Amino acid sequence: MSKNTLYDKVWDSHTVARLDSGQDQIFIGLHLIHEVTTPQAFGMLKEIGAGVAFPGRTMGTVDHIIPTLSQIRPYEDEQAEKMMAALEQNVNEFGVRFLHLDSGKQGIVHVIGPELGLSQPGMTIACGDSHTSTHGAMGSLGFGIGTTEVGHVLATQTLALNRLKVKRIEVTGALGPGVTPKDVTLRVIHDLGIKGGLGFAYEYGGDVFDAMSMEGRMTVCNMSIEGGARIGYVNPDQTTFDYLEGREFSPEGEAWERGLAYWRDIASGDDAEYDDVYEIAGESIEPMVTWGINPGHSVGISQPLPEVNSFSGEDRNTAEHGYEFMALNPGESILGTKVDVAFLGSCTNSRISDLREGAQLINGNKVHPGVRMLVVPGSQQVKQQAEEEGLHEIFTEAGAEWREAGCSMCLGMNPDKLVGAERSISTSNRNFIGRQGSPRGRTHLGSPAVVVSSAIAGCIADPREMGEQA
Amino acid sequence: MSTKRIEKIVGKAIPMPRDDIDTDRITPARFLKSITFEGIEKALFCDERENTPDHPVDNPAHKGANMMFVGKNFGSGSSREHAPQALKRFGIEVLVGVSFAEIFAGNCFAIGVPLGVASADDVNELIRQAQEEPETRFNVDIRNSTVSFGDRVIPIEIQETRKAAFLAGTWDMLTNLRSNLPQVEEVAQHLPYVTNFENDAQ
Repeated sequence: MSKNTLYDKVWDSHTVARLDSGQDQIFIGLHLIHEVTTPQAFGMLKEIGAGVAFPGRTMGTVDHIIPTLSQIRPYEDEQAEKMMAALEQNVNEFGVRFLHLDSGKQGIVHVIGPELGLSQPGMTIACGDSHTSTHGAMGSLGFGIGTTEVGHVLATQTLALNRLKVKRIEVTGALGPGVTPKDVTLRVIHDLGIKGGLGFAYEYGGDVFDAMSMEGRMTVCNMSIEGGARIGYVNPDQTTFDYLEGREFSPEGEAWERGLAYWRDIASGDDAEYDDVYEIAGESIEPMVTWGINPGHSVGISQPLPEVNSFSGEDRNTAEHGYEFMALNPGESILGTKVDVAFLGSCTNSRISDLREGAQLINGNKVHPGVRMLVVPGSQQVKQQAEEEGLHEIFTEAGAEWREAGCSMCLGMNPDKLVGAERSISTSNRNFIGRQGSPRGRTHLGSPAVVVSSAIAGCIADPREMGEQA
Repeated sequence: MSTKRIEKIVGKAIPMPRDDIDTDRITPARFLKSITFEGIEKALFCDERENTPDHPVDNPAHKGANMMFVGKNFGSGSSREHAPQALKRFGIEVLVGVSFAEIFAGNCFAIGVPLGVASADDVNELIRQAQEEPETRFNVDIRNSTVSFGDRVIPIEIQETRKAAFLAGTWDMLTNLRSNLPQVEEVAQHLPYVTNFENDAQ
């Protein structure tokens, strides 16, 4: 059993009771809500005549269904309009804070939480969305929950949970040129498998994480769930504190000093014990891209696609299915695979650093005529910042579309979708069958650099080689 | 909030032999655009079913089944409760598989759908039995953690805490959680961030 890790400290300080079921009742420090997974939960409150127990610890916004092109009400999609109206009605009725479109602060929940300083170290953070693991980058325990559980948090600010084991993932040394946090997380999932994290929280650490930006840490923690780990976190350090200072909901003055003391204290101790440790040498990580139908089906971009028999018995069927669905063959190179769509966005890679990185690479180049490219900032604040820096002009001059903030083409719940058997290269987090809105659509995941280099080439391309040409 | 004891489920089974079936496949995202779970069962595996003429869910031999046998890592990906809701509303009362994703398992527990875990060999045997003799009546015994048919008894693992709650009929946690509201207040007061570090807490 793990000892004196951040996970253990936060868990213990947030435990309300041991339930008859043997589970722990855990206090939730921050509850983020959005339009998709809450209407039935508010319905449940109405049914039992309960209110929101801690409205001040809840924050709502809208992200999944929001169109990124025209946001004029009522929305063309009647169902989307209905969901939006239901959320507006519920936050009003229950007195929950809501970052609406006219607030200038709306965005993907996992982008705005850290951006506004709502997500802080040492908190428990829950949201009806599996990518809530993102907030672990702040040194918090963030995790996704279902709608019934959203109802539990609304009514009691607590959840019944089973304690997880803790696995330390240590990435040593440094990353090579052109290698990004997205490649780190894809490599972790590649090595440990998509079920490797079942029953675990991942603690990321080592030189590579010490040197990584907050945005980069968010990208990695975001995809913990793709490796089966409901929680992934990085211990808070000076990078975390520098990021937090001066944000809207960050403490100030003496309160800031008290915050610092709490945050330093909550980090894993030098004597922390883990249930398991896994080590990767940073130098061994290449730009990664997925070839199959789950985020574990990935390959170093210069490597041949893996043989089916390199998978153990049970995973072989999924690998075969993946090759069949994606119309690719083992032994081939992924480089040169033609793409129809390039998507730069989602809660994984839509922050200002991602857009800067993309803009820098695309500057002076053109999106290939056979490719439709969407650039979708993760929040209204990210969009505004990018526009102040002129990034939107760089993208549009290159032939990409510059959109409003939202989840966009990550998940096919808004007008941004693949059509028919289109193939995309995407900075999002899931290459599941049908994920991007077309049952036959094919998704490859990669970093912003891989997406941009592929958009320019019209086929999957290595960003490191693009750098040499420029 | 009604809650009931769940001790035993008897009936036919739908075999779903593939591994790593994610919740996008169980309920595609476009069906999440609703403010109720009503009718969500229509979305169950709907894209696969459209592209697979002999999909197990549509096979008339499995009509009326109330359990599903699945492979490894069932329910991975998105946290959408729509997936277990669709299964439950379709009539599935219990699933037996090689392994289940974490959030999916939590959602199943929250809505009173037990999950049984068995070895890959045993699950394959169950899947084959349901495929070859779809009329087979399987008996899932929660108390004894077994699934049986004919003379064959297969051990399954049901997480202890959840098993106890199913047997006692206390799997609807809301009542439990609400009864501790005074302690919740107390824990909140000791967390310095709850007052945004305005007070010298602790």
